[in-house]
Amino acid sequence: MSQADLTMQGHSAGMMTDRPFAIPTKKLAMWLFIIADTMTFSACLVAYGFLRNATPDWPRPFHSITNVAVMTFILLTSSLTMYLGVQSAKAGDKAGAFRWTMITAVAGILFAVLHLREWMGLIGEGMTLFKNPWGTGLFGAAFFSVTGLHITHVIGGVIALLAVGLRYKGGRYNSDDIEIVGLYWHFVDLVWMFVVPFIYLMNLAH
Amino acid sequence: MTTVTEHKPDGIGKSLVVYFCILALAALQFVIAYQDIHAAQMFRRMFSVALVEAGIAVMFFMHLWSEKRGFLLFVVIFTIFVLLSMQFGWTDSSRLSHCAGYCS
Repeated sequence: MSQADLTMQGHSAGMMTDRPFAIPTKKLAMWLFIIADTMTFSACLVAYGFLRNATPDWPRPFHSITNVAVMTFILLTSSLTMYLGVQSAKAGDKAGAFRWTMITAVAGILFAVLHLREWMGLIGEGMTLFKNPWGTGLFGAAFFSVTGLHITHVIGGVIALLAVGLRYKGGRYNSDDIEIVGLYWHFVDLVWMFVVPFIYLMNLAH
Repeated sequence: MTTVTEHKPDGIGKSLVVYFCILALAALQFVIAYQDIHAAQMFRRMFSVALVEAGIAVMFFMHLWSEKRGFLLFVVIFTIFVLLSMQFGWTDSSRLSHCAGYCS
């Protein structure tokens, strides 16, 4: 091997080991994605707040909190199961990590089903993207945009959980991958903590 | 060569405490929804609770608290800066609610 090759090898080795903030690169990438996605959701919620603040006849169509309370409970509990999955993976308990990851995915599916059922109910009452029976037509567009973006993330998260969980079980992925998909799942849960009060609870029919 | 942050697995007790804290805060938001208060006040209360809830989830469930201090500061400062930058339009939305500029 020539001196030039040795020098190049030394440089690339140095570049590979100097990780920004001393965390694995995949994890850093997920954190950067989460920060970027925070901006997306924040922009949507700020736009929603802007419209709500500027519109006097903003509808208050939600008569019951039961459905949203159950959905919130399921999503928060799924965060706990995901956390337990990551802890099991870190402790080397492969079967436990796989089991908790799959339980989290099932909770995500349940959440998505309840959410879609709620959408169907609202559509059945005459709510579309541009009109609804209660007030300004902007409400439908704002509601479906924010909750639609969130449910897309939930469905994407369920697919990721299933894919990573199965590959972890098969030995292709390790505990770091479970941790990274866990970060994403906690983020989806975190967004819901802001969607519930602003979209649902502040629009309860009194 | 830099060292990579490794998290020791926590016990189930700690995770349950964090979970029940978050659950209690979520329940508090539902209680606030039924209070007979002005919408602006309701927004402030719910937003404060949501921030605490999210903070607990980020720090403990997402392990940000046990990451390197530099990374924690990067995430927190950068995110807060951009989120604050998005708040420039609120005065305009209040102006629109009073019909300024587009209706008689």
